[in-house]
Amino acid sequence: MSKLGLIVRREYWTRVKKPSFLLATFLTPLAMGLIIFLSVYFSTQMGNTSQKILVLDENNILNEYPLESKLLSCDYKDVDLEVAKKSYIEDGYDLILHIAPITDIMSKNYDVNYYSKEKLGFASIEKIEESLEKSVKKYKLEKSSIDKIAYDKLNTKVALENGLINSTDEDQQGDTTSTAAKGIGLALSYTMGFMMYMVIFIFGGLVMRSVMEEKLNRIVEVIVSTVKPFTLMLGKLIGVGGVGLTQLLIWIILVPLIGLAVIQFMGGDASAMAEANTAQSEEMMKEMASKGLDIPNMIKEAATLNWALIIPAFIIFFLGGYFIYASLFAAVGSAVGEDQAEAQQFMLPISIPVIAAFIMIPAVTDNNDSLFVKFVSMFPLTSPILMPARLPSGPPIWEVILSIVILIASVIFFVWMAGRIYRVGIFMHGKKINAKELFKWIRYNY
Amino acid sequence: MSNILSLRNVVKQYHNHRAVNGVSFDIPKGSIFGLLGPNGAGKTSLIRIITTITGADEGEVLLDGERINAESPKYIGYMPEERGLYKKMKVGEQLMYLAQLRGMNKTEAKEAIGYWLTKFDNKDWWYKKIEELSKGMQQKIQFIATVMHKPKLLILDEPFTGLDPINTNLIKEEIHRMNQEGTSIVFSTHRMEQVEEICKDIVLINQGEKILEGKVEDIKNQYKENIFRLEFDGPFPGDLRSSDFTIIDDSETDVTIKVSEGHNSNELLQALINKGIRIKSFTEVLPTLNQIFIKQVEN
Repeated sequence: MSKLGLIVRREYWTRVKKPSFLLATFLTPLAMGLIIFLSVYFSTQMGNTSQKILVLDENNILNEYPLESKLLSCDYKDVDLEVAKKSYIEDGYDLILHIAPITDIMSKNYDVNYYSKEKLGFASIEKIEESLEKSVKKYKLEKSSIDKIAYDKLNTKVALENGLINSTDEDQQGDTTSTAAKGIGLALSYTMGFMMYMVIFIFGGLVMRSVMEEKLNRIVEVIVSTVKPFTLMLGKLIGVGGVGLTQLLIWIILVPLIGLAVIQFMGGDASAMAEANTAQSEEMMKEMASKGLDIPNMIKEAATLNWALIIPAFIIFFLGGYFIYASLFAAVGSAVGEDQAEAQQFMLPISIPVIAAFIMIPAVTDNNDSLFVKFVSMFPLTSPILMPARLPSGPPIWEVILSIVILIASVIFFVWMAGRIYRVGIFMHGKKINAKELFKWIRYNY
Repeated sequence: MSNILSLRNVVKQYHNHRAVNGVSFDIPKGSIFGLLGPNGAGKTSLIRIITTITGADEGEVLLDGERINAESPKYIGYMPEERGLYKKMKVGEQLMYLAQLRGMNKTEAKEAIGYWLTKFDNKDWWYKKIEELSKGMQQKIQFIATVMHKPKLLILDEPFTGLDPINTNLIKEEIHRMNQEGTSIVFSTHRMEQVEEICKDIVLINQGEKILEGKVEDIKNQYKENIFRLEFDGPFPGDLRSSDFTIIDDSETDVTIKVSEGHNSNELLQALINKGIRIKSFTEVLPTLNQIFIKQVEN
């Protein structure tokens, strides 16, 4: 086996065999699935328990137009509030809804009080408010001279879709995606951007610490007496990158599986509920749809994305971004000594483009044509995050290719430059290093 | 006798100073050779050139008659002054890795490591992590890592710093044994007493230049100053002092005398006998390498 191969193998296996790697690889997607599941579950479950309400309406609005929610079971009574307060629990109610006399029924704002042993949760309050507003609206419609049918027609639903200017124009092809697919695309852009961001800092940091460790415990001198420093650095970059890629591939397989499992579970949950209480489950599904969680439709829309481009391109940008940043981290690791603070000082300028790129994600997914978007998705320090972010919305293919070409050239440049710094840095001890010094090392001829 | 290593006019220029300035010397095959010089003399720079870590700007380095190249590390064992191991790696894995980097195949490496671990009574260390070993044990592993591929040339940079006395002896013995089996050994150090004890040939460098070279014996003879030490019984006559002989140190039972130029030891003995001194022993005092070293460096 070549020496580079030996180094790559050591860097790879010593990390992959660690229990912490296995835990992170398998638990992260599980934890993410669990978080998504719990947040969806709670947002739909909250306020779903049916409540028995004693309604005291001194205006008689609700008597005529009862609250519509099926989760609220209401009794409309004409009793004194103070009397009701004393006996509502015994009578089996959860709370009293009291609507005091309103002088101007047509007023835009109503204040309604509720009385219960415990404060109501946010979701319950929202639900009751919503039902009240609907009933009041109906009441107001009735009392005014507006025609109910005419009024209903005033509500117009507009769907803004991107049309084709010229059906033979290839650049426009990707833009036929629907709004729902765009939403999924945005989520995907963020997911990829986030993965890139994590990889740069986690695996870049790993490379840096590994270089510092070798330098500090001086094994580096023994190793470089058998291989060129550049080979050692490159082996490290490839080995640690391989660990990152392994993790990514496992996630690419695992995340959709866990996603499906979550959906399956939620779906099963919903149908189980349907048996028990059709009203509840119907409401839940409706609610989920209104919050953009129309799952079957989401899967259908996700399938319309150009995965054949997105997955390979993302892997290329993933590797390119990793190599650019990891080589910078390797250079920093070789230059600094045991002083962590010194390392921080160099990490800040490296971090800025990564963070900036992450912040720019929504800007580039929105408009494909501005010069700014073109620039940041070509510039090698931001393109690993921002070009993948554009992929779901189907950027012109030539831009993707150009960006990849620039990326590959930059990888070669950055690895070469880091190698120049590295070969000097690993032998520098006890010297305070600044950026000017690093640039000098690049030009040294030994 | 052919040379295991030959340096010809080697120059190494760093950014703002010349670390090695036209150094030439030969290391005969099978010798134990001392590369001496104060800190910062250029020893480490020279070693890094020989071990192919850096290249020379001018001149050439021949290993066993061939210019050093990418294959050379196979034949060189190098223990740097500042040495370390991967703390989290297991002893066996680590040695296998280093052996393969030195060009051994897996079977050879396994065999050699097994041999050395058994030799140092550490057969069961294979699965131990370096960080679980004591410092003395780690030093043994470092030594194994340096010699397991049977190098033709073994370069040890300040090998005994940080070693406990037991390991120092163990490693000295091993060095001698390997030397007898044909391995040439280079000691780089600024501690002269070790060199006198171990090395037959030395080169002394200072500020990047060679200032002295040769056999330890020859050098000592070359720098001897006609000083003799005399042990005696009874009283020492006080009137020996003359322009011919100078007493530079004396006690009740012995005295050190410098014989001035133009005179020799026989004349001194004659003079002493004439004075009726009862001589117990009479030996020439050769300068220590340390003295020669300081004198040369001061010059």
